[in-house]
Amino acid sequence: MLKTLKQIASIGIVTEPAPPADESLRVRDALQEQIRSVLGRALCIRHVDAGSCNGCELEIHALNNPVYNLEGLGIRFVASPRHADMLLVTGPVSRHMVVALRRAYDATPEPKLVVALGDCGCTGGIFGESYASCGRVANVIPVDVAIPGCPPSPTRILQGILAALHTSRASAAGASETLDSPARRA
Amino acid sequence: MPLRAWDSRFGSLPGAPGLQAIRVSREEWRPLAQDLLAARFRLLALWASRGANSEAIIHAVFFGERGALLVSMPVTPEERYVGLEDLFPAASRMQRAIADLSGLHSTDEDNRPWLRHASWPAGFRPLVDAEVPALAEPVADTYAFVSVEGDGVHEIPVGPIHAGTIEPGHFRFSVVGEKVLRLEERLGYVHKGIERRFTELPILEAHRLAARVSGDSAVAFSWAYCQALEGMSGVQIPARAAWLRALALELERIANHLGDLGALGNDAGFAFGLAQFSRLKEDLLRATHDALGARYLMGLIVPGGTRLDLSEGGADRLRSCVRTLTKQVSELRAIYDDHEGVRDRFIGAGTVAPPLATRLGLIGLAGRASGQALDLRVDLPCEPYTELSPVKVCHNEGDVAARVAVRFDETLESCALVERILATMPAGAHIEHVQAPAAGSLGIGLIEGWRGPVLMALEAGVDGSIRRCHPHDPSWQNWPVLEHAIIDNIVPDFPLINKSFNLAYSGHDL
Ligand code: SF4
Repeated sequence: MLKTLKQIASIGIVTEPAPPADESLRVRDALQEQIRSVLGRALCIRHVDAGSCNGCELEIHALNNPVYNLEGLGIRFVASPRHADMLLVTGPVSRHMVVALRRAYDATPEPKLVVALGDCGCTGGIFGESYASCGRVANVIPVDVAIPGCPPSPTRILQGILAALHTSRASAAGASETLDSPARRA
Repeated sequence: MPLRAWDSRFGSLPGAPGLQAIRVSREEWRPLAQDLLAARFRLLALWASRGANSEAIIHAVFFGERGALLVSMPVTPEERYVGLEDLFPAASRMQRAIADLSGLHSTDEDNRPWLRHASWPAGFRPLVDAEVPALAEPVADTYAFVSVEGDGVHEIPVGPIHAGTIEPGHFRFSVVGEKVLRLEERLGYVHKGIERRFTELPILEAHRLAARVSGDSAVAFSWAYCQALEGMSGVQIPARAAWLRALALELERIANHLGDLGALGNDAGFAFGLAQFSRLKEDLLRATHDALGARYLMGLIVPGGTRLDLSEGGADRLRSCVRTLTKQVSELRAIYDDHEGVRDRFIGAGTVAPPLATRLGLIGLAGRASGQALDLRVDLPCEPYTELSPVKVCHNEGDVAARVAVRFDETLESCALVERILATMPAGAHIEHVQAPAAGSLGIGLIEGWRGPVLMALEAGVDGSIRRCHPHDPSWQNWPVLEHAIIDNIVPDFPLINKSFNLAYSGHDL
């Protein structure tokens, strides 16, 4: 116990200040106003690996380390889509994960945000579209923010998540138009 | 018959050091496998490809005292080839995957699809048929799980999406009360067509895909790929390049071990461990970024060497990082060892005794926690491991505590290796020009990744294309063993036991 306390005292607090939101990562202006009013500042994220190589997952893990301290910003990862405000989806969507991903999406209460993570989530990446892969996340469910990188750094991921949350003046018409983006037709 | 009787028929093969190859008839396939088992060889990988005249061939790589052996056997799609499950239990799922992807079936009983769910029609052979048929909208499919009958037995299905940030897979527990009678895994959810994708990429560029077979083992897979390719092209990489690769491989090992040590503490109810180890891992990733250009080295290893040399000041940055790590990891180890709650959860959980490990073919890190003392860096060393002579770690208890101990020992050993590499690596170029190998040539790369031996089998096509590339992760061998490790444990201990193996989904599902 003494050793544990000593270690805690000697390391101190290592958390760094959060980066600013990066608006350029936003691909769709949907419902942010509404979400912010519902959420205040707390955000619950459900991660879904829809076919990733596991590289993106390593950097999502890093967000929870004491340096980035995601929970300190009021952002939590939750175990069920039913408790989530946001789905953070990695990978090209493998055809074997389409059903599970759609179910997770449907189970997430409205209003909801979807962030596609990594080059694979954004474009299908090196895996592309094939007999086994549907390519980018937006080919399967609607996406609000897409964060490129292979894997994107924790700072980039945080900037993207914050961009998704950032208040915008999306008109109701604009929002519903983008909801019917190619994503829905896939 | 003794293995010696086959000696005159072995030839050499490019790629990993000391590789030997033999071609056998269908009648010889099983007798040779029996002789290899008797000589204590283990099965490293099993896959199918097409020969020059598009005849079907089954390949297996075995590893034992005399090194790695490739055994190849021509087969016909009409006739079932002899299965090896009874000799090498790990062969079962590999044979099922061959049936899914290449349409070749073994005589073994379990012929349920493994990598193919309902997403593409059974008649389509992704690694054989050029034309992809029209694909229907994916639907949920059913799988013939083995059911356990008995009083008070009930089933708990989990997944494919899990509660935490981990890869998807399905686990079906049959339990009485909290006790697990049986676990059956179902994988293949992240199958994204990697092997077929390889054949669409130029052979001099596909190392990029190799690095993404399993993102946590990017260095191991891309090195194994380049090792095979360079052997086939007859290129000797500069000495410095080999040392830079080893540096990257050890950094990858340390990073993964640190992540696991933290997560294992957390799963044992000791959140302090997660905070400490994830902070140390972050320090290491930043030092790696400063020294080699990225936190995760997906792009470092390229045909002929490495894309970058160490940055200015990179060596000092890494040296001071691993020195701090050595000190802090030792201190944290003492804390884990002293913590009663942690010891309680680790000791005796998920035990795989050495005889079972041998029988099932457990390998890699988990194998070394169950008395399976195999480490390619020692047993089949390529440059620079021939000079570095790492200390092989081995424990015999086979429980979570042993798998934690292997990680602690290996983390400290890898920190020492990093220091030695930085101190002694030769100067000079870090990359050599490579030309595409001749069509039809075949090579195999073998690298000891953090999880265990990673294999890459590569066959060149015409004009710098790839005819076939088969990546093999040790998770293929170890997933079935997890089903045994959990028996008689309680369901709430599964996350901890599962984490102590930390097996790949993407690297397995391909
Ligand atoms: S973006 Fe890169 S790290 Fe992320 S899943 Fe794709 S290949 Fe892996």
